[in-house]
Amino acid sequence: MAYPMRMRANIEGDAVVVRVLMTHPEETGLLKDKEGKIIPAHFIQTVTCKNNDKTVLTCDWGTAISKNPFLEFRFKGGKSGDKVTVSWIDNKGDTSTADTTVS
Amino acid sequence: MNQTRRQVMQIGAGAAALGVAASAGLMPSIAQAADAPGWNAQLFEAKSFADVAKIWGGTPTESTDVSIIGPDIAENGAVVPVGVKSNAAGTTALGIVVEKNPTSLVAQFNMTDVSIPNVATRIKMAQTSNVYAVAKVGDKLLFSKKEIKVTLGGCGG
Repeated sequence: MAYPMRMRANIEGDAVVVRVLMTHPEETGLLKDKEGKIIPAHFIQTVTCKNNDKTVLTCDWGTAISKNPFLEFRFKGGKSGDKVTVSWIDNKGDTSTADTTVS
Repeated sequence: MNQTRRQVMQIGAGAAALGVAASAGLMPSIAQAADAPGWNAQLFEAKSFADVAKIWGGTPTESTDVSIIGPDIAENGAVVPVGVKSNAAGTTALGIVVEKNPTSLVAQFNMTDVSIPNVATRIKMAQTSNVYAVAKVGDKLLFSKKEIKVTLGGCGG
């Protein structure tokens, strides 16, 4: 299953602002489908954000993150041309990674 | 993703066990063997802000150093934009807690020496509730709260 991601990293003042839009169903495990069966939980658990292989932020997420999650974060010490990478792991062991260049 | 037959069977068995537990009226446990490394299932099963704070280990104190950015009224509880910001020096982690959700903790953001404690995301809310922005500063927990009114819950079918 493919989970594309869209992301953008810009310099604002002395910080790099990164905005990421992920593709993920984010099922809570509390909803039922039309036949009344519980839809199993399927959600992102950890997100790792790196700048040129240096980890700048890690996130632990629960089921209450919206479908197709959005994440905005900031870090210091980045410069134009740096490579920002975001990767996640969900509760079924699926992963996805995307990167972009700071502009 | 390339799964072998054995892996597929394991996932199926896990999902089936989950379904049985849920239909028996037990709490649907979201903890599974395949949890990502470092993910604290206990933390994400806590039912109230007090329980979450207990696991984080600290007494929450209201502070103006921490701010929460969100709408006063959210029309759709499935997508509520929320931002959390801390001005306290030495913030090591940020958290978003929704008091009246089935599980209170929404997200925890772990800072490093270069990250700025200012993050934003979109969350689900079951009903109108206080939303807490929590910052972990040393061994202290600082928080600020905001009531977000939800006209349509995010957990309904």
